[in-house]
Amino acid sequence: MSVDASWYLTLAAVLFSIGVVGLLVRRNVIVMFMCVELMLNAANLTFVTFARALDDVGGQVAVFFVLVVAAAEVVVGLGIIVAIFRRRVGATADDAHVLKG
Amino acid sequence: MTPGAPALLASATIPDALTFAVAAVICVVGALGVVLMRNPVHAALSLVMTLFGIAVLFVEEDAQFLAAIQVIVYTGAIVVLFLFVIMLLGVDRRERVTADVFRGQRVVALGLGLMVLAEVVLLARTRWVTGARSATGALEGPGTNVAKLGRAVFTAYLVPFEVTSALLVLAVVGAVVLARRPARTEPRRGAGASPGGEPGTPSGEGPAGDQASQEVPHAGDAGGAGRRGGGDGADQVGDGGGARLEPEEVVPR
Repeated sequence: MSVDASWYLTLAAVLFSIGVVGLLVRRNVIVMFMCVELMLNAANLTFVTFARALDDVGGQVAVFFVLVVAAAEVVVGLGIIVAIFRRRVGATADDAHVLKG
Repeated sequence: MTPGAPALLASATIPDALTFAVAAVICVVGALGVVLMRNPVHAALSLVMTLFGIAVLFVEEDAQFLAAIQVIVYTGAIVVLFLFVIMLLGVDRRERVTADVFRGQRVVALGLGLMVLAEVVLLARTRWVTGARSATGALEGPGTNVAKLGRAVFTAYLVPFEVTSALLVLAVVGAVVLARRPARTEPRRGAGASPGGEPGTPSGEGPAGDQASQEVPHAGDAGGAGRRGGGDGADQVGDGGGARLEPEEVVPR
C-alpha cells in the first residue's frame, strides 16, 4: 500500500500551480507549451491517484486518452509555432498579437 | 495542511514513502526548472526530469503500463519533438527578462498560481466525493495491469478509442498543412534568402540557401544550425538579428 492519496493530490496541485505560473510568466511560446504539458501531467497524476483510490480502471484509461490527445496537440501546436516563426515573428508570444498573417 | 490530514507514513511502508518523497522532489524540481530556466533547451530537459518522476509515481501507484507509456511517448516523442522545433527554429537563446510588457505581470501571475494551489490543496486535503467504486472494472485482484487496461479500452471505451485514431490522422494532416511552405511565395523567399547565388548554381554562400529553397531538409537544417552558431558567438544584438533571419532558413520536415 502506497502513500495516502491526498499526498499525491497535493503533489499534483503543486505541479499544476507551477505550470499555471509558468504559463503566465514566460514569454517564449515553446516554454509556455511545456508548461501546458506540465499541467496535463499533473491532471494525469490525479487521474491515476483516483483510479487507485476508487479501484477503478477508468482513471487509467482516461490517462491513456489524455496521452493520445496530448501527442496530437503537441504536433499541431508545434506546427502552428513553426508556421508563425516562418512569418518572421520573434520568439515571444507578444510578437504574435494578430491572427492575420 | 489540515489537522485531519494523514501523515506520510500513516498507511505506507517506509520504502513506499521514501519512493514517493524522492519522486515528488524530482517532479517539483523539474517543474521549477521548466519555469525558471532561461534557455528553452534546459527547460525541455527539466521537463524530462518531471516526466520521469511522474512515471516513477505511476509505478508506485500500480499503473505500470501508463508508466511505460509515459516514458516512451512523453519523454521519448513529445520532448524530442520540442527539442527538434527549438533547434530547428533557433530560439535556444536566452529570453530577455527585462522586457516586461505588463507592469506587475509576475506578481499577478504568482498570486494567481498561489490561489490555484490553495484551492486545489484545500480540495485534496479535505473529503472528496468518492462516488462508485470499480464502476468500469476493478484494478485490484488477479490479472496484470496491461490486461485490465486493454480489456477496458477495447470494450467499454471502444468508441473513444476509435475516435482517437481519427484524431491522430487529423493531427498529422493538420501538422503537414501548417508546416508546409506556401508554394506561391517560395521563389521570392528563395531569392531573398540567397542573394549571392543564382538558383541551381552551387557557388559561394549559395548552397544552403539554394537547397533550402528546393526544400531539402538536411541542407536547411545545416544552414540553420550554422547561422545559429554564428549568432551565439555574437552578442545580444547579433542574437536578435539571427532570430529575425532564422525563419527563412527553416524547412518543414
